[in-house]
Amino acid sequence: MLPRFWRKIKYRYNLVGTYCENCGTYYYPPRNLCPKCRRKSRIKEVQLSGKGKVISYSIVHDAPENFKMMKPYVVALIQLDEGPVITSQLVCKPEEVKIGMRVKAIFRKYGEEGESGIIYYGTKFVPDEKIS
Amino acid sequence: MVGIVSYGTYIPKYRIRVEEIARIWGENAETIKNGLGILQKSVPDFDEDTATIAVEAGREAVKRAGIDPKEIGAVYVGSESHPYAVKPTATIVGEALGIGNEYFAADLEFACKAGTAGIQICMGLVKAGMIKYGLAIGADTSQSRPGDALEYSAAAGGAAVVIGKDGVIAEIEGTYSFTSDTPDFWRREGQPYPSHGGRFTGIPAYFRHITSAAKGLMEELGLKPSDFSYAVFHQPNGKFPVRVAKMLGFSTEQIKQGLLVSHIGNTYSGSSMLGLCAVLDEAKPGERILLISFGSGAGSDAFSLIVTDEIEDFERTPKVWDKVMSGEFIDYGLYVKLRRKIKFG
Repeated sequence: MLPRFWRKIKYRYNLVGTYCENCGTYYYPPRNLCPKCRRKSRIKEVQLSGKGKVISYSIVHDAPENFKMMKPYVVALIQLDEGPVITSQLVCKPEEVKIGMRVKAIFRKYGEEGESGIIYYGTKFVPDEKIS
Repeated sequence: MVGIVSYGTYIPKYRIRVEEIARIWGENAETIKNGLGILQKSVPDFDEDTATIAVEAGREAVKRAGIDPKEIGAVYVGSESHPYAVKPTATIVGEALGIGNEYFAADLEFACKAGTAGIQICMGLVKAGMIKYGLAIGADTSQSRPGDALEYSAAAGGAAVVIGKDGVIAEIEGTYSFTSDTPDFWRREGQPYPSHGGRFTGIPAYFRHITSAAKGLMEELGLKPSDFSYAVFHQPNGKFPVRVAKMLGFSTEQIKQGLLVSHIGNTYSGSSMLGLCAVLDEAKPGERILLISFGSGAGSDAFSLIVTDEIEDFERTPKVWDKVMSGEFIDYGLYVKLRRKIKFG
């Protein structure tokens, strides 16, 4: 678990995705190869803006152990402005979420391995009140 | 010219009122509000801690500075509620801010003044030419024993400042510290909540250190209270900073803008730095600001800052007071859940 999370720190703390210079498509999570261009793909790492909109969501009432204290909570499909769609917890009340609402990335705790274990951090989303 | 190049702040959105805490413990809310000068305090969400607060404040500071994060050569995070007893918060911040791997870093602890201690370290490194920019953060999710007087004030929040020589919005014209071994407030290793000396936290601790640091700095720089447009003192409650201002000869006008404690409580390492940021939100070129932190145990760091012309073009929204005045009220039940004060056995 420890090395698995450590390897992903860069991509979880910040939305570091990839961009195919051949076809202009952004990917998150990052890909080593562009599935459209295959051998022609020219992949480079990019920092995504962290801004996007909700395209669908679900309210979780039956939560896994690390999330029990937050239930009911919102998990949303968020389309980033660059294009990729990602699944993330959306930190707001279940009644606040709307399809199409603008959201932005925020740094939060994902969970922890008990009281003596490691703490996991990463990106979640919150409503972006300024422009929604 | 060494000074503040940029600043950023973060205050969690939840608030709990003094009335709500007093209701649970059978105390008189009006007496407490009058005694402490606090109406409500901020409460972190379940997935927030000192590291997440430090990252959010740091991100705002770096974004407003408009610098490449890799130009930051030092990260110091001051807190008395670091998520780990062993494992630095500073590395989490460095990674989340994209600072790279070549930077000096450490976590600092000096009760409520660890953030300003970080400013002094960064100043020294910048002055020595060892780094271009340094990031000093004060952030806390302070603990308090249920039913203790501290529960009305122990809050959460943080502020980050970028220290450097280029693009300085507020020059630090001098700094001075007054330190002594005074056990007014402490938390032993492994203990969940801090203990304090009650009234002993006043005269021998807060007032002695702040007045000594203020006088020491003003004497060194040949300044008097009327030379400052603003003064910010550490804010453990609403009463102490007002009284210490009066003792030193500062007016209510000078301290008003930076006095946030009545609406968010004591954000510990974030407290005086958040007050400074609220002042920087409004300050005009040429104005002089006095900042004095206090950390139990005990010590005070004093700074005299002069606002430069650069502040005119500096992005200052969203403002600290807007963050302070926003928020959502919760009840005591949700508060103890969010603060993990429920024992599941």
